[in-house]
Amino acid sequence: MNRDRRIFAVGLIAALLVAVIVAQFASSDPDGLEYVAEQEGFAGSAADHELADAPLADYGENVSDSSWLNTAVAGTAGVLLTLAIGYGLFWVARRTNRNRPESTSP
Amino acid sequence: MHIPDGFINGATSAGFGVAAAGGVGAALRQTGKYLSERQVPLAGLVAAFVFAAQMVNFPVVSGMSGHLLGGVLAAVLVGPWAGFVVVAVVLLVQGIFFADGGLSALGLNIVNLGFIGAVGGYAIYRALLRALPKNQRGVIVSAGIAAGIAVPLAALGFVIQYAIGGTVDISMGTVLTAMLGTHVLIGIGEGIITAFVIAAVVRSRPDLVYGAPQYTGVRTEVLS
Repeated sequence: MNRDRRIFAVGLIAALLVAVIVAQFASSDPDGLEYVAEQEGFAGSAADHELADAPLADYGENVSDSSWLNTAVAGTAGVLLTLAIGYGLFWVARRTNRNRPESTSP
Repeated sequence: MHIPDGFINGATSAGFGVAAAGGVGAALRQTGKYLSERQVPLAGLVAAFVFAAQMVNFPVVSGMSGHLLGGVLAAVLVGPWAGFVVVAVVLLVQGIFFADGGLSALGLNIVNLGFIGAVGGYAIYRALLRALPKNQRGVIVSAGIAAGIAVPLAALGFVIQYAIGGTVDISMGTVLTAMLGTHVLIGIGEGIITAFVIAAVVRSRPDLVYGAPQYTGVRTEVLS
């Protein structure tokens, strides 16, 4: 299990490096769908996001005046949140299935 | 390729929302059947990595960027159903905490990026692997090509959704051409990143790659 722990640590560090460091160099141009929406004239139909005022909305845009820090905070928080929710969900999925005896029905 | 609120009407979005919820539920049941205890943390980690990678928009053509969708990457690592759940978790976190992808559009996005991207993409991966050498290189190349194909397929999902419930009346032929044209290019980036990451994992820990059962012979196949 030691090897599994090691790969987990390596993977987590890789994810954090990508979210905190590599993401600093991300292009801010519109992505494919946004680009098509602008070109074809339906971009204006997009509604404001209901949670646009959330603390980390738009990847930390409102956290501070430093875009570097904003991305770093958003990246770290996002990696840990997806890890926690994903881990939890998969843990429950496995446990629920394993503990359900095939022969009994309600 | 996160659809915001407003592009697709409420009824269509709600319909896809119901389909996505049912799909995620079914995927979780399937996942519970094949995911081993030691794969559980890895599956969570794959979700974290896909989130991180999606933050990195790469330039595609002047004025347009793309980013990893990660469906095939996740599916090859942890299986198609867990891969589907991985993408759904990433979309949920992005929608709730980062205002990325509309909440009403969550089902639309889960169907395109999760179901088409991960489950559909994995089926393409399996088909390619059948034709290519069943070694590490075959796994890497199949994953890269499948990932590249899955991106325009996911874009096609959006085009179908737009045909059903698009809120602005524009020519569907135009939307189809534009979405496919741009996403074929973005797919190249998706393929390169997917191949790179799969190569790194399969070369160091092939036993952790669900889609490479021929090395380990221990995993049951979900899609054969």
